[in-house]
Amino acid sequence: MTEKKSSLPENIQRKIDQWVTRYPTEQKRSGVLQALMFVQEHNGGYLTEALMDAVADYLEMPRIAVYEVATFYSLYHLKPVGRHVIDVCTNISCMLRDSQCIVDHIKKRLHINANETTTDGKFTLREVECLAACAAAPMMQIGKKYYENLTPEKVDTILDGLE
Amino acid sequence: MSDIEIEIDGQTCTAAPNQMVIQVADAVGIYIPRFCYHKHLSVAANCRMCLVEVEKAPKPMPACATPVAAGMKVFTRSAKALAAQRAVMEFLLINHPLDCPICDQGGECELQDLSLGYGKADSYYCEGKRSVKDEDIGPLIATDMTRCIQCTRCVRFGTEIAGIRELGATDRGENMEITTYIKHTIQSEVSGNIIDLCPVGALTSKPYRFTARAWELVQSATIAAHDCIGSHLYAHTRDGKVMRVVPRENTALNETWISDRDRFSYEGLYHEDRVQKPMIRENGKLKEVSWQDAFAFALQGLQRTLNRSGVAELAGLISPSATLEELYLFQKLLRSVGSTNVEHRLRQSDFSDAMSVAPLVFSLNEFSDADVILLIGSQIHKEQPIAGVHVQKAFKRGAKIIAVNMLDYDFHFSLTEKMIVAPQAFVSALMEINEGKNAMAAVLSSAKKVCIVLGAAAQNHMQAGLVRTLAEQIAKKYNAALGIFTEGANAMGAWIAGAVPEKQMPTSAKAYLLLNVEPDKDCGNPAATVHALRAAEFVVSFSIFHNPILQACAHVIFPIVPFTETSGTFVNMAGDWQSFTGVANAVGEARPAWKVLRVLANYLQLSGFDYESSEEVRREVKEKSLARVPVVVKEVNVVADIPKNKIYRVGDIPIYEVDSIVRRAKALQAIQPVMEGELAAVRMSTEMLTQLQLREGMEVRVKQGEHSVRLPVKLDTHVPGGAVFVPGGIEATKELGNLFGEIEIEGID
Repeated sequence: MTEKKSSLPENIQRKIDQWVTRYPTEQKRSGVLQALMFVQEHNGGYLTEALMDAVADYLEMPRIAVYEVATFYSLYHLKPVGRHVIDVCTNISCMLRDSQCIVDHIKKRLHINANETTTDGKFTLREVECLAACAAAPMMQIGKKYYENLTPEKVDTILDGLE
Repeated sequence: MSDIEIEIDGQTCTAAPNQMVIQVADAVGIYIPRFCYHKHLSVAANCRMCLVEVEKAPKPMPACATPVAAGMKVFTRSAKALAAQRAVMEFLLINHPLDCPICDQGGECELQDLSLGYGKADSYYCEGKRSVKDEDIGPLIATDMTRCIQCTRCVRFGTEIAGIRELGATDRGENMEITTYIKHTIQSEVSGNIIDLCPVGALTSKPYRFTARAWELVQSATIAAHDCIGSHLYAHTRDGKVMRVVPRENTALNETWISDRDRFSYEGLYHEDRVQKPMIRENGKLKEVSWQDAFAFALQGLQRTLNRSGVAELAGLISPSATLEELYLFQKLLRSVGSTNVEHRLRQSDFSDAMSVAPLVFSLNEFSDADVILLIGSQIHKEQPIAGVHVQKAFKRGAKIIAVNMLDYDFHFSLTEKMIVAPQAFVSALMEINEGKNAMAAVLSSAKKVCIVLGAAAQNHMQAGLVRTLAEQIAKKYNAALGIFTEGANAMGAWIAGAVPEKQMPTSAKAYLLLNVEPDKDCGNPAATVHALRAAEFVVSFSIFHNPILQACAHVIFPIVPFTETSGTFVNMAGDWQSFTGVANAVGEARPAWKVLRVLANYLQLSGFDYESSEEVRREVKEKSLARVPVVVKEVNVVADIPKNKIYRVGDIPIYEVDSIVRRAKALQAIQPVMEGELAAVRMSTEMLTQLQLREGMEVRVKQGEHSVRLPVKLDTHVPGGAVFVPGGIEATKELGNLFGEIEIEGID
């Protein structure tokens, strides 16, 4: 039989191959989270159905199982997002430390509402639930980085510093 | 480990150490309310309805996920348990719509029933209820996802039983939905079971929808009529008409499941093609007459033809899905007249191993401890979906499945080894295994218990005699349980009833008796059969449905009834004699075939046809029951000389084309193209396309001998080189010859 060809880019396939070596061969689907991450990064920050299908086929798992994972975790985006996704925690600890002020400030500065992207495609703003950094509330996450003990001024400096 | 004792509601119960509380309670008849728990599915414990109080446990425990422990004391109706159950009920009802009056599940809804017992009349909840958009998941299952309580039974069924995961739970928390996510038609051949599994009205039967209420229906037990498993069914009727079909539990066969074919085929029963009145041909035209006139006409015609040409010129073809009683009387009538030309193996062409090859008794239980299952010419999940479920289960348990097939079927399990060869190489492939030379033989020899499944393609193959003999030799060599999975519901019964000839059937005869045979769809060589019927002097057909060929060449058509309207017996492949009674009223003037045969025999003045009931016929068969002739295993040394450089046809019968009823079931017909793709086509591999210089989409002339049809070419990577897939049993190919045989493809300029 001919090997089925994957529509995933060669370098992504290699990255996934390497990642799944840490699981038993018959459980390579355990690598689905990281595989989706690789694919999302490669695709400019979001996933498409075609890409999710490609991951499912590559890891030999049902496609619906990949959709379940991708819709469950907030770190996957199913629609195009800005270069920087700003996740501001508005859960209880941050809320008590006035995260609303941070959200309002960002909204005003970027002229967008939550779950919207700036017209230049640079920022997307989201309100998220607890990111487990309560000790440093209010906090936000941009990309893979946590920014803590926020004030509007601090937010400005952070945003100014982003490409 | 030995059994332990626990106490449920003060009652001492014996339990196995690995059991859950709910299993023990069920066994002793103590009912604990539940939604997500199902005895044949994994434990999810996500509905929380089965919360019970356990002594010394600080919180109520879910009975479905709490293992028993010695001395455990469980209270299912204590104040604490009831309070917990009531709270869960209130929680489940937060988002459930109050649309019971317009819900198809109303009256047989687990949520409705339990809310009567545990629900409150009013709710504290004043926020908006959530609603979920419905999806179209195909012609069999209607969805109302707002009603879903997310028990996930349907999702687990897909993963664990059907082996094909199509539904899932996407998003999370309040936004969680049971969905296919993308637009998708459910393709599992046992998908209808999620209708039964759904404890609410989220998944209901689309064909049955809004046609009846549960409390108007009469439930009668019957047996499935489309494959050799003989699943146990309940037919639900109203005013003598079958409104729907649901499973009847049977541990050995279908557990609590049935195939979609058995569930939705009832739609075909009331197709407009049903023959309602006896008909005879006068001056070349069929006209409706009384039963007496039809019998008199048949008597006259048969006598005239047989007096002139002799009794050897009488032949009888009967459906392998006829009842035991019908098969017995049919062959008895023919033999009493003096003809032994009686056949039920309509799609088979080669009996060179022996004329009367009895199907082997094979219990589905054999799969339960098999560690290797060899499929020979079998697409088991489409041919016998319930057997497919058993194989799936074995696969889940770790059994290796290997296959020698002529098409690379998409199974729901993965194959450890496979050989996909064209029909002309099929016998040599089996010989390789028999000689123990290849990887497949290595898998077989490493096994402790092997099961071999001989499917339809193997039996309909042009060298079926050799195939069977080799299968027997392989079975002997590896000490395997061999199952010949026959077509139709009652091939085993046909053999017991003696509906097999003593020598090869003649290719043509002057007079024919046909019983529920559609010559263009049910036969292995439709062109030849139709030709023979057209040339015959006198054709008597006992028909459930009108068929254009029979309307053109039958001289008498007796309207007979399907299995739902007569009493009878099917003998399944496990050898169980499964008798049933009529569950619905006959349509028009149609009568049970056993009665029609009896009366015709009386007209023919044959003795021994004075039966009062079908039970009497059955008793006679039982007494006479032909002793099982052991099949002589012949030595096979030579591969029969078939030209290797020719192209051969693989003529599988699509899942919903197997018999006259299924072919007329609307919803099944609607889903078939989704499952099988376009069937009116000649499918071949890329390699064959190049070899024949064809392109996908081109019209070609497909020829078998003198017969040809025009079909579009389709690329199909499942087809091996040297072969093309041209399905049988369908309109587009009914003018072709052998299902398995030489075929020519010609381009059309």
